[in-house]
Amino acid sequence: MLRQVFRKPQKWSVFKEMLFREIDDLGLKSLGIIMFISFFVGGVVAIQTALNVDSPFIPKYLIGFATKRGIILEFAPTFMSIILAGKVGSYITSSMGTMRVTEQIDALEVMGINSLNYLVLPKILAALFFYPLLILLSMFLGIVGGYFAGLLTDLFFSVDYIYGIQLDFDPYYIKYALTKTVVFAFVITTIPAYHGFYVKGGSLEVGRASTRAVVWTSIVIILLNYFLTQMLLG
Amino acid sequence: MIEVKNLYKEFNGVPVLKGISTTFEKGKTNMIIGQSGSGKTVFLKCLLGLHTPEKGKICFDGRIHTELGIKQRRQLRQEMGMVFQGGALFDSLTIEENIMFPLKMFANKSTSEMLDRVNIVLNRVNLENVNKKFPAQLSGGMQKRVAIARAIVMNPKYLFCDEPNSGLDPRTATVIDNLIQEITKEYQIITIINSHDMNSVMEIGEKIIFLKDGKNAWEGSNDEIFKTENEAVVDFVYSSNLFKQVREAHLSKTK
Repeated sequence: MLRQVFRKPQKWSVFKEMLFREIDDLGLKSLGIIMFISFFVGGVVAIQTALNVDSPFIPKYLIGFATKRGIILEFAPTFMSIILAGKVGSYITSSMGTMRVTEQIDALEVMGINSLNYLVLPKILAALFFYPLLILLSMFLGIVGGYFAGLLTDLFFSVDYIYGIQLDFDPYYIKYALTKTVVFAFVITTIPAYHGFYVKGGSLEVGRASTRAVVWTSIVIILLNYFLTQMLLG
Repeated sequence: MIEVKNLYKEFNGVPVLKGISTTFEKGKTNMIIGQSGSGKTVFLKCLLGLHTPEKGKICFDGRIHTELGIKQRRQLRQEMGMVFQGGALFDSLTIEENIMFPLKMFANKSTSEMLDRVNIVLNRVNLENVNKKFPAQLSGGMQKRVAIARAIVMNPKYLFCDEPNSGLDPRTATVIDNLIQEITKEYQIITIINSHDMNSVMEIGEKIIFLKDGKNAWEGSNDEIFKTENEAVVDFVYSSNLFKQVREAHLSKTK
């Protein structure tokens, strides 16, 4: 499958059009949910850290520090990728599965079009290009969410929080998070595309394939997360 | 001309096509008929190159399909037009974009030239003011006409239709039949239609191939199908009382 996907596009102008459409469908249309979840989960992480750090011997700036680390290392790249696996993965499988069962993919093949390349490559490239940006935004909003949680709950001072997020900043962690994101972006597009492209049957099968795709994508993300963490941070 | 020689196709060891041989000529409307499961769709998909036969040859004007490389095969496919049973229009594209799609992919034309061509074929299938609509906004008959327009937009040499009348009322079905026949004559293409609709078979079937258990059990024209004594064909085609009466009337008229 991947050999067919990574062939040279048959017409660059059509490919460019498809790429922008996929950036819109897979990336821009996920902005809202990513922003919403990032902001509130960032707030929750900060509140929970604050509630668990009630010893007078532990400095309060550690709340900001722990929130930042948690969000950058794990929450933004992995948790958000799982969210995207659900949202984007089911969209990819169901749209391609519907194209398969309504013979639209056969129509492409009959026209002499490499359907895998035409349908899947723009999705992969759109995700590889856009998801790192989404994850950077998610990191930022998660940390901002933590800040506002402090303001609203009075569990910690904003000065401490800001000091904490500036403390011991290591750019490698951003690189690590973005490396994971790129790998996950590939997984989020290819596994659902595979399930959608090769679906057989009718609408019920398309639904089942969507569920299967989301489950497998999530499992692969979790497993890769473990191995990548061990490789890059271990 | 399309020549099929000893075509054999099986799935998981179960043979579906058992040595079909036939020819399809230019400017003729060819109908493939047979009971469900007789191998009609598999036969059509083999002709289209969507299935690879285990044995046998399909020759398109001297080009043997199975011996072509990927590029040559894609080139050949650009000479084919296909009308799928459900239309297979791309739901995310407007009617105009659907028809323009093959042109965008393969023709080096400007947008205005492509739009002109789209309007010509839409006009040819008697559709107006649908350019900006989406497939879901059209009736079944209109969708079929759009599918025909998309199939002929590249001036194909070969036109394949899978059950073009399924789900249509008799009047619309006749319109579609006549349209396919007119296009076949006008553009001198080879048209192969997979059909269950005996009205279509009688009306436009210049060559009819009857498939039974993966073999071509009978071949002939729509005139000959009235006179045939082949039991399997008579059982299948004249299974309804109406068609039996039509046949008897036709035979008594010609005696």
